[in-house]
Amino acid sequence: MTNAIEELQYAKVLFVIGSNTTEAHPVISYYMKRAVKNGSTLIVNDPRKTDLTRWATLHVQHKVGTDIAYINGLIHEIFKNGWAREEFLLNCTENPDQIRESVKDYPVETASEICGVPVETMKQVARILGEAESASVCYTLGITEHICGTDNVKTLANLQMVLGNIGKFAAGLNPLRGQNNVQGACDMGALPNVYHNYQPVDNPAVSEKMAKAWGVESLPQKPGYKMPTMLRKALDGGTRILYCVGDNTIQTEPHMAHTIKEIEALEFFIVCDIFPNITTPYADVIFPDTAWGEEDGTFSNTERRVQRVRRALTPPGEARSHWWVMQELGKRLGKDLGFHSANAVWEDMRKTATSYAGITWERIENIGLQWPCPTLEHPGTGFLHREGKFTRGKGLFSPTKWIPQAEPPDSEYPIVLSTGRRLWHYHSGTQTRNSNGFDNIFGEELLEISPEDAEKLGIRTGDTVKAISRRGSIVLKAWVTDRSAPGVAWCAFHFSEACANVLTIDRFDSVTETAEYKACAIRIEKVSDGELLGVGIRRQARP
Amino acid sequence: MKLTLNDRLFEVPDGLTVLEAAKRCGVYIPSLCYHHKTGPAGKCRACLVEVEGMRGLQTSCTVQVREGMKVVSNTPRVLAAQRLVIDLLLSSGHHDCLSCEQNGDCELQQAAYYLGIERPTFRIDEEFKLDSSSEFITKDSGKCISCGRCVAGCNKTVVNEVLGFGFRSGSTEIIADDDLPMGSSSCVQCGECVQLCPTGALSDKKAHGQGRYWDLEKVDTTCPYCGVGCQTTLHVDRAKNRIVRVTGREVSPNQGMLCVKGRYAYEFPSHEDRLKYPMIRRNGQHVRVSWDEALDYTADRIRTIVAKHGPDTFSAFGSGRITNENNYAIQKFTRVVVGTNNVDHCART
Repeated sequence: MTNAIEELQYAKVLFVIGSNTTEAHPVISYYMKRAVKNGSTLIVNDPRKTDLTRWATLHVQHKVGTDIAYINGLIHEIFKNGWAREEFLLNCTENPDQIRESVKDYPVETASEICGVPVETMKQVARILGEAESASVCYTLGITEHICGTDNVKTLANLQMVLGNIGKFAAGLNPLRGQNNVQGACDMGALPNVYHNYQPVDNPAVSEKMAKAWGVESLPQKPGYKMPTMLRKALDGGTRILYCVGDNTIQTEPHMAHTIKEIEALEFFIVCDIFPNITTPYADVIFPDTAWGEEDGTFSNTERRVQRVRRALTPPGEARSHWWVMQELGKRLGKDLGFHSANAVWEDMRKTATSYAGITWERIENIGLQWPCPTLEHPGTGFLHREGKFTRGKGLFSPTKWIPQAEPPDSEYPIVLSTGRRLWHYHSGTQTRNSNGFDNIFGEELLEISPEDAEKLGIRTGDTVKAISRRGSIVLKAWVTDRSAPGVAWCAFHFSEACANVLTIDRFDSVTETAEYKACAIRIEKVSDGELLGVGIRRQARP
Repeated sequence: MKLTLNDRLFEVPDGLTVLEAAKRCGVYIPSLCYHHKTGPAGKCRACLVEVEGMRGLQTSCTVQVREGMKVVSNTPRVLAAQRLVIDLLLSSGHHDCLSCEQNGDCELQQAAYYLGIERPTFRIDEEFKLDSSSEFITKDSGKCISCGRCVAGCNKTVVNEVLGFGFRSGSTEIIADDDLPMGSSSCVQCGECVQLCPTGALSDKKAHGQGRYWDLEKVDTTCPYCGVGCQTTLHVDRAKNRIVRVTGREVSPNQGMLCVKGRYAYEFPSHEDRLKYPMIRRNGQHVRVSWDEALDYTADRIRTIVAKHGPDTFSAFGSGRITNENNYAIQKFTRVVVGTNNVDHCART
């Protein structure tokens, strides 16, 4: 996030796109709803009628995977009406004329045909954004989990730069990250192209510096493979060993049947986790990890705030912290990594990370600090790019073009399946389903189907249905609800018994290799009648 | 700003109420309906004080401190008024401290203790409703003092807009939606109402009977679910090695607010199905081995395969679920020990 979380309650306009905030980031949704109560305008842009739309000034229901056309249409309209912040464009960006030119392909009439949003609504949204003093854009995986995810993000960045909404309090570009420490995992260099602190591995000077700091002669400078490539290469012997920590790969990667083939092809598969799951049976070695609550350390949240986690429980059996496993394996392979405690690991990292250099465990004993925090006296950084000063100097526009989803619906598979998370569960369910009460509230996956499609198929809430894609099928109950737009069905990946990823497509964004979890084609067949689920239609996030 | 409180002179910042100023100065004044997140309500009348130059007793939660103000909170007149308020509240409910979950962390109990109320003076017979239809939250009208903190929290803090006041005057009670049982209402069980409740009227159902407030060790940590990074306090039964309750810390980024997962999905570390021992697959079965054996075997296999096929045939997944320290350890191991940049994690999924 370029802003801090708490700033969102002061945003003049909130433009939320591809984010089911009330279910996936409930606490952020509280701040958004507070902003609405304080008179802000909330525009929720989502093919689904999420619970957040209850509080929205405007719900724009664009078609799945048409974000680029929709937003380029808005940018076109903003330029057309003279709402672009010309001073910002001139002083803070490098190539404003390029974006001005490229969005000419997307007058609202053309964009509307692609994204399905009425022309008048698009004009209204453009006017709200254009006339607002400032606006904050929040997005989640609805933007990134497409074959054009990178371009989706770039398009949003273009929109915010055209509006001059960068480097301000409560106005910026805010990806809401989905996992407790996915920000930290990136910051710590669990990425194939960068060390911790985003230092590129293919920069010889950086590589030399790190080799010196880590006491080795040299380090490999060729960037590594991204996760989908690692898995794909298992099939041709390019990947032989997979060391998998805290990742229920089979349940969470797209196209489950294919993922299983890839995992089976490995020569040596090590799994380090806290619970048996549908991936562990394939492991050659299993290491029992400590869980949350059993070890000391830090997480970095979506607003770049580094915060402490603490040991409150004794781990079961012989479960150990992962840094200890790395130290022990390193020793056996001839290298002392110098990991004697979690804090020692942190200090080792901090020595070579300017953004984190000022953050010690002592300083964050009570409240976390937001990086960049380069010195021990630095107070941390609430919002990035102050006064439009970008990390790279001037902001760079990257013009984008809309492309259709990898697998458009057709006569055989006429429904678009989109996937995501529910309020009551988390990821592959190993935490929420092993905690008391959650399966009582939401005990099995439901396929959300629009009333229009349900009527055509003769399906009522509670009926058992089969969802079939070109890659597999799952059997589950239906939830007929206007949360789904006509032609769109939705389910989550929390339940291994009926997991969305049996159906999802393994087609990826070419830059990030993020899969298109948000769009594949399915057909739905009714299996049997069922009893009506639920007690009320007004409940949030469940029937 | 200069404030004289009970004949002592204090310097306090501008813009505070007398109650907030007293809190800062370490002077206890009973208060129930005020919470810094929901603001002054002026409802419960427990925080009455005398202010020089103002007629009658004043509710300290609604009076702003002015330069040179003189306030007294401990005269017999003030204490008698406070005592009557608390006495009536105790009399009109079903406040059985012995069995109450909130015992030891109850603001009504604290006020009664401070004012020396041993037993309620009055006897008011009323019928009470216990709503335990919700999976995680119990609502007990017998312990409710209608302070309205839960209603303010639900509507203004987390803006879920479920709780409200139902009925009138003596029959006033807290209701969910149009007086639906909580479990069938639109409540998302974020538990903000429980966190704000000064008594045991709203309580964490799963924590019932699991340990007294003062017996549980408090450990501050960060929530393990989404990327917001809410700050929480774990209430831990050390002897049983279990978390029995989670509360939100009133600091950035969440200011005490949590969601249903952060507040209630905390038992998984103590689940019996946990992976507890290193295992190696032998003849298709996972067999328990010692750490030494598992590590030696793994190191040996990595050494052999990498020697034969090169370091780039090794790949590692870090994780968005584990700590920074563990992720750093994995990247350093992969780059330094194996000699490849094939390290990634679930940021792409």
